[in-house]
Amino acid sequence: MTFEILPFLKSMLSVAGLSGYEASIRDVITPVWQELSDQTWVSSHGSLHAMCYGEGAEPRPKVMIAAHMDAIGLMVTGIEDGFLRITQVGGVDPRILPGQFVTVHGSQSGQTVELPGMVVMPPAHLLPKDGQKGPLPQKYLLVDTGLRAEEVEKLVRVGDVISFATEPRELSGDTLSGHTLDNRASVAATTFALDMLSRRKHLWDVIAVATSQEEVGGIGAMGSSFDIMPDFAIVIDVTFAKGPGGGDAVLFDMGKTITNTWGSCDHPALYEAMKATADEYEIPLARDFAPSGSGTDAYDVQIAQAGIPVVELGIPLRYMHTPVEVVSIKDVKRAGRLMAEFISNLPLDFMNTVRWE
Amino acid sequence: MTNKYSPEFGQEELDLLSRLSNALSVSGDEQEVREIVYAELQEFKDSMHTDAMGNVLVHREGSGPDRLRVLVDAHMDEVGMMLTREDGDGLFEFVVVGGIDPRQLVGKPVIVGRQHVPGVIGAKAIHLTTKEEREQVLKVNALRIDVGLGGSKMVEIGDRATFATTLQVLGPSLRGKALDDRLGVFNLIQLLKNAPDNIDLLAAFTVQEELGLRGAKVAAYHFNPDIGIAMDSTPANDLPHFDSEVNTTHNTKLDGGPAIYLMDGATIGDRRLIKWLSETAEAEGIPWQYRQPGKGGTDAGAIHKTRAGVPSVSVSVPQRYLHSPAGMVRIDDELNTLKLMHAALSRLDKSILKSQEN
Repeated sequence: MTFEILPFLKSMLSVAGLSGYEASIRDVITPVWQELSDQTWVSSHGSLHAMCYGEGAEPRPKVMIAAHMDAIGLMVTGIEDGFLRITQVGGVDPRILPGQFVTVHGSQSGQTVELPGMVVMPPAHLLPKDGQKGPLPQKYLLVDTGLRAEEVEKLVRVGDVISFATEPRELSGDTLSGHTLDNRASVAATTFALDMLSRRKHLWDVIAVATSQEEVGGIGAMGSSFDIMPDFAIVIDVTFAKGPGGGDAVLFDMGKTITNTWGSCDHPALYEAMKATADEYEIPLARDFAPSGSGTDAYDVQIAQAGIPVVELGIPLRYMHTPVEVVSIKDVKRAGRLMAEFISNLPLDFMNTVRWE
Repeated sequence: MTNKYSPEFGQEELDLLSRLSNALSVSGDEQEVREIVYAELQEFKDSMHTDAMGNVLVHREGSGPDRLRVLVDAHMDEVGMMLTREDGDGLFEFVVVGGIDPRQLVGKPVIVGRQHVPGVIGAKAIHLTTKEEREQVLKVNALRIDVGLGGSKMVEIGDRATFATTLQVLGPSLRGKALDDRLGVFNLIQLLKNAPDNIDLLAAFTVQEELGLRGAKVAAYHFNPDIGIAMDSTPANDLPHFDSEVNTTHNTKLDGGPAIYLMDGATIGDRRLIKWLSETAEAEGIPWQYRQPGKGGTDAGAIHKTRAGVPSVSVSVPQRYLHSPAGMVRIDDELNTLKLMHAALSRLDKSILKSQEN
């Protein structure tokens, strides 16, 4: 099988897989990872694990690559005249919601039914004062499926999840837009690394994990880290690219660099080792600052069992947590390549160098 | 009297309406829809022309004596955007053309220019926003159209843009952009192809409605008709009231049938024409509704003030969410609007203007 990153990434952006409901995205990743690994299994919280055995003598050290696969989205809280009232799963700025195309995951006779719909703003005169001016609070937003009320009552229930339906689209300059590039861009990068590693020698065992429930607090990563207990972990997620509205924050040029996080979750020795590999292979790697934790799976991986040393990579992304996130495919490949080079160069006694001095 | 014309909405109709709805035809640059209208109406090519403003005007002559000259109007333009400045990195500043609530722009896929180059309108990541920021509407001048790194060679400032929405059937409904007023354009094409002979049908596919009914003004002057009818789309605000009170200010309702205008912000409908339309609907068993009197306006607002005055009325397909990434209409309402218009035109003669009921 030849692995092609763009079609794979686009196929991942075409399914839902909200936090806690990852089956659909796991089903897209599983066959690809099965081809590239020796064994796959699913954790108690729904993370997908893929083991690629190393060539070192047993007991071999092991490295975990964690990239979350879950998506932010919405959930039905009520039904009124055929319109759905909603809440959010993960962090959604309600200002991006009006006019968004969504898929309502309803059911009929036990079978899932995917209903296209749209988030809509009721006209101001049907709303109280706090809904008449400014951004519309989420409690007033509705979803319209185009179906008549009696049909909606049959197909949709409170608790049904609603995913973004924006189709992935290629933009200029080798960039891709779509929902949930946070963090399926990193799942694609991880897969790119597994593909490279499948053709090279590596002494270490490599366990790739597509974690569940990151957007609601690193739940999948917590359990997977405990279960796998790697010698160290690479956590890969997206980071903030320069773009409209970025303000004064430290942001990164999409398409020009990937990032290596420097902060409380990141072991300095791993940071330095990753940086050295990037320098050696001329992969641009900027320093991303997260002094009080980075809000990624790293936060939970670091404190599993007796603690796991972590290094974090980031792929710059524009418009995070909107359905039109944008990444550079070049950056995605860079991240995959860096992980593969790093892992294939790991000596069996590498952990002797991961020290606090 | 029964009307033999019974329009259907099959694959052919869906294809035509899809092409119309998906076209980029922002006010002042209606070329894409103009081309579709020309291609569809080749049988009328000898009586069709494009005027100084870009309106497409078709004169379909009837037969028989004493024919009424009836202007039927539908506008080709839509609200949208224009790129005004390049920021580098594929980012473009833009302005809005026509009335779009800026809250509808954020986080949307768009298409730019004749090539329909893909772009997006992003927003700052929620993680980087403050509570104060989230309480403010993102203004248009803070937003950018992003076509990707390096910008596309196919995009330049001055290009128009619109939402990247494609028409979709959702059960009994259609969801698409610019259904205001591509439904009218679609219906006017169908009326021309199935025109009754008792009238002279003066079809005006107009420009710049969204900028103040400007195309219709010159189109009506050119035709100098006996009566005028604007076919448009009107809001169906038939959503639930926040505290479950009965919503009595719905303007129109989906599934209520074609909406006949009594009075809007631009016109008081001619009493004789209102009666003619509602009586036709009753006689033919076509569901219909009055559009609740209120603000807003259609091309009838320009037509009725043309020359010495033209008795005018508007008929609209009820639609939810106009001027947003997508509106929603019922297929039944669309077909009933077309049915009503055809039946009404078929029974029209000059006696309508002799009545003193206006």
